[in-house]
Amino acid sequence: MRVLRELVRRPSALFGLIVVVIVLLAAIFAPWIAHFSPDDQLADGLSLEGAPLPPGGGHLFGTDTLGRDLFARVLFGARTSLIIGLVANGVAVAIGLLVGLLAGYLRGTAGNLLMRFTDLMMAFPALLLAIALAALLKPSLWIVAMVIALVNWVQVARIVYTETRGLVERDFILAERSLGAGNSRIIVFHILPHLMPTAIVWGTLGIATTVLLEATLSFLGIGVQPPQPSWGNIIFESQSYFEDAPWLVFIPGAIILATALSFNLIGDALRDILDPTQRGRL
Amino acid sequence: MAAFLARRLVQAVLILLGVAAITFLLLYCLPADPAVLIAGRSATPQMVAAIRHELGLDQPLVMQFLHYVGNLLHGDLGRSYTQKTEVLPLILARLPATLVLMAAGIVVEVALGLTFGIIAAVRRGGFVDRAIMMLSFVGVSSPQFVVALLLLYVFAATLGWFPMSGFGTARHVVLPALTLGVLGAGWYARMVRSAMIEVLRQDYVRTAHAKGLTGRRVVLGHALPNALLPIIAMVGIDIGQFMSGVVVVEAVYGWPGIGQLAWQAIQQVDVPIIMGVTLVSALAIVLGNLLADFVAPFVDPRIRSQ
Repeated sequence: MRVLRELVRRPSALFGLIVVVIVLLAAIFAPWIAHFSPDDQLADGLSLEGAPLPPGGGHLFGTDTLGRDLFARVLFGARTSLIIGLVANGVAVAIGLLVGLLAGYLRGTAGNLLMRFTDLMMAFPALLLAIALAALLKPSLWIVAMVIALVNWVQVARIVYTETRGLVERDFILAERSLGAGNSRIIVFHILPHLMPTAIVWGTLGIATTVLLEATLSFLGIGVQPPQPSWGNIIFESQSYFEDAPWLVFIPGAIILATALSFNLIGDALRDILDPTQRGRL
Repeated sequence: MAAFLARRLVQAVLILLGVAAITFLLLYCLPADPAVLIAGRSATPQMVAAIRHELGLDQPLVMQFLHYVGNLLHGDLGRSYTQKTEVLPLILARLPATLVLMAAGIVVEVALGLTFGIIAAVRRGGFVDRAIMMLSFVGVSSPQFVVALLLLYVFAATLGWFPMSGFGTARHVVLPALTLGVLGAGWYARMVRSAMIEVLRQDYVRTAHAKGLTGRRVVLGHALPNALLPIIAMVGIDIGQFMSGVVVVEAVYGWPGIGQLAWQAIQQVDVPIIMGVTLVSALAIVLGNLLADFVAPFVDPRIRSQ
């Protein structure tokens, strides 16, 4: 509650919160908000020359090259993008927490091995690895989410590792251990709670990265496959018409930007609030 | 010092081996059977079996891996499924175009990032600082393909200042380099700002001010060099970001580099090419990290004496 109150007090975080709430509501209530089905190729969806209709009139965002209502597609696309954003990033943070915590707590050979593996993953360019994976597996919504999770956990693992190493040295852990607490008790009740701020901050910042990565993969044609709409593949489908029908590219583009920006702003503010020592850092 | 660098060198080699292992596993252990892909749709089971034998796919996994690493050491990245040629020459032929693009992108990124980062640090907490930080967030949150299409729409299609796509003259480089640089610039601006703020607090900066040096001399001559150090350490990560961006930017602008090669390979599920580009990028990242390790002692005498 305190955190929420502090968030609302910051103009940039408040802006982020408002955008995120709007996007969330749009995704949840998409079938009730949209007047058209996202997949319907409407009889009056194209001009007499067969061109997509510009925004305005009966179609808030206009129609796409197949005569489908863009507003409906963007609404349903929000579902795809948010599901992937939340699931992929949730899994990534969970893997990162697990690997970082174990490596930092165990240290020794096992810890070293885990961190060397993390270093190894850092050597891959994230997008290229995701591309390779997505190209090899037949892309679907869940595959795309897993691919993104597989490339995005690394950063969380490194940060959690550093924090855990610091925590393990602290006196209260030593005290716990001398009182006879076992490893699992120390990890769950004494280390994990201290890592929560980090998990929350990266859980938020990571959604921005994930939404962008999903959009990029879909834009390259190896993300979520049409006709299921996602913000990236709406642009993928109409990029060759962007000179004549710029709204097909720039409306979803602006929405991707606004969403990623909002999660970044909230994440940044959360970091300031939850961890004052990090204030002003990246 | 020497021991540290030697250890980093060994680590780099180990990481490259690990990268090779992962690409190998991806190549050979995932559902897509390369033999079927090469043979094409109308192949008989006998043809597939023959190709599998020819590629050594009927041997044990460990043997295959050793064979694969041996080939890599000889510069053999395998053969493209669709183009029926070696992957390495394909990549090498397109590397110069990508290097030109990356160099131009880095110039944009560093120029914008340094300028805005320094200004923000000096005006810390003020309106200018907040505006720059907001702008850098927008830069970091922009989907690159939308930025690419937006620049094309405004400066090529509408204003006609730059060509829509292609390669050759200096004017062709401007829009792709801007697209590539904007994302990194936002990132650099934040990095430079926090590093500068850290340094500007130091006593020696106050001494420089007290000696009566101008603000410009203090900031650029005394503070900046020390603020650059943490930024140099980020070169490897930065190259990784760039290699990822290159695929999108080259695909949109029709830039004939390795990113476009990878993009075309994606459309045709030409796995060896995708893996080849991934390997080359990983090599670039590892070399970038190594370079940062080797350059740091020259920039900062404190590291040299350790």
